[in-house]
Amino acid sequence: MEIDPFIFRLSIFILSIFIGYYVVWSVTPSLHTPLMSVTNAISSVIIVGAIIAGSAGNSDNIFNNSSIFGFLAISLAAINIFGGFLVTQRMLAMYKKKKKDK
Amino acid sequence: MLSANLSAIFYLISGVLFILALRGLSSPETSRQGNFFGILGMVIAITVTFLSIGNFSSGFIYVLIFLLIGGLIGAYIAYKIPMTAMPELVAGFHSLVGLAAVFVAISAFLNPEAFNLGSPGNIKLGSLIEMSIGAAVGAVTFSGSIIAFLKLQGIMSGSPITFKGQHPLNALILISIVVVTYLLCATQSANLFWILLAISFLIGFLLIIPIGGADMPVVISMLNSYSGWAAAGIGFTLENTALIITGALVGSSGAILSYIMCKGMNRSFFNVILGGFGATDQTSSTGNKEQKPVKNGNAEDAAFLMKNASSVIIVPGYGMAVAQAQHALREMVDTLKKNDIKVSYAIHPVAGRMPGHMNVLLAEANVPYDEVFELEEINNDFANTDVAFVIGANDVTNPAAKTDPQSPIYGMPVLDVEKCKSVLFVKRSLSPGYAGIDNDLFYKENTLMLFADAKKMTEDITKNL
Repeated sequence: MEIDPFIFRLSIFILSIFIGYYVVWSVTPSLHTPLMSVTNAISSVIIVGAIIAGSAGNSDNIFNNSSIFGFLAISLAAINIFGGFLVTQRMLAMYKKKKKDK
Repeated sequence: MLSANLSAIFYLISGVLFILALRGLSSPETSRQGNFFGILGMVIAITVTFLSIGNFSSGFIYVLIFLLIGGLIGAYIAYKIPMTAMPELVAGFHSLVGLAAVFVAISAFLNPEAFNLGSPGNIKLGSLIEMSIGAAVGAVTFSGSIIAFLKLQGIMSGSPITFKGQHPLNALILISIVVVTYLLCATQSANLFWILLAISFLIGFLLIIPIGGADMPVVISMLNSYSGWAAAGIGFTLENTALIITGALVGSSGAILSYIMCKGMNRSFFNVILGGFGATDQTSSTGNKEQKPVKNGNAEDAAFLMKNASSVIIVPGYGMAVAQAQHALREMVDTLKKNDIKVSYAIHPVAGRMPGHMNVLLAEANVPYDEVFELEEINNDFANTDVAFVIGANDVTNPAAKTDPQSPIYGMPVLDVEKCKSVLFVKRSLSPGYAGIDNDLFYKENTLMLFADAKKMTEDITKNL
């Protein structure tokens, strides 16, 4: 008997939750704000679904009901991707160690 | 065109890069590299999606246009936003993830052929369930984050909004979400799909309005978690590993942050969610506090105390963020250091409006991160410190949390500032903190109250040093 591919995806999902659990506990508390902004950026990988939806319109009817939602989702996710990574970059650049020049 | 197997492998790679992105945050030195991994993972995921579509219809140009529009808006926001507005920004970004999840679910529902999920009215059962979960959680994330955003911006009052029958109503809506999802899967009716979205938007709104301003760190973390679960739900629908891995990572990240925040307030998660904190005790504590005498000082007194100290601990709170006093504070500390006074910073887990809020503000003001300490690291040092400088914090220093079992914050871990030889409190007035309770520390013999705007007071002290 064959195993439903859903079970494999579920396994990936469950194991990723455990990875997330251990990885996030090791994040230093002073970086919790960048953690939130970067998780925001990476969860916008949902854009892959939006791109598929947006590209699905055929050439006579590029803007059909379904692809319009796809296009809107592309923009929303892109705001998050660019905004999330750049603002994280901006924050992380500010974390400096004590100057050891004395 | 990329084969399905090859693209799946690339999606796996980008999932792994996202794990490394979070792993990098374990220390500031590796964090920038981590962020780079995250960006790389995203580039791979998007490129692979383009390649796997292969058949570039004329719609492709619009995909790029919408991508560019969003990217420009995002980049503009990221460069312009002041660091003090970070909680609002994160809440706003969460709402966008939620809405994007809803939109993707809608287009998958309207055009399932594009995603290989069957045909309209005959969508595969498993996919329909996954899609409904993704859409419902996405909708809750969206409306909840909008409310959190409005509260943080001050457009909506930060105080809890409660009404009679709130909890039964919420319970009823939650049950109806389950029922509608079941009926939707049984009938494939488009109307039920719209109803599901509508009630999910409604419950997101209702869940967040009763939660007060001081509980925002929990709310933001919780919405962070929801945005992850929504992404994972959509990931199952699209059979996309990158999305499933990311959703699980973000979901558990938000859950852990919520847990840390709740622990910082010694409250259970459900207690926060059910809301209404601080609405009960306010009247009883305001009655008698005016009679007790406080020692009222000015910038000169404060400067004198600190000049004669050998060690100072700074305790920042939300008030510092509101007054944008972090730069003035750093200048004051520079002057103190020139006089050979040892200065460190003590940060309570729930100081500010989101996890790590104070750390980012201090980093912005060029405070080296190895002078900034968490509660457990520094709490024992207060006893051998001369001056505690509390700027814009209140409840997190309240000794009632240790001594008064009647207090609503009893049991919450607090910073032991009262053990210092003297305590300086920069505050605008004697008003109680967000928990709505009086702080005994204000009336102690060794406490000096400095009633002023945090930024102005800090600047005045620097002048007098």
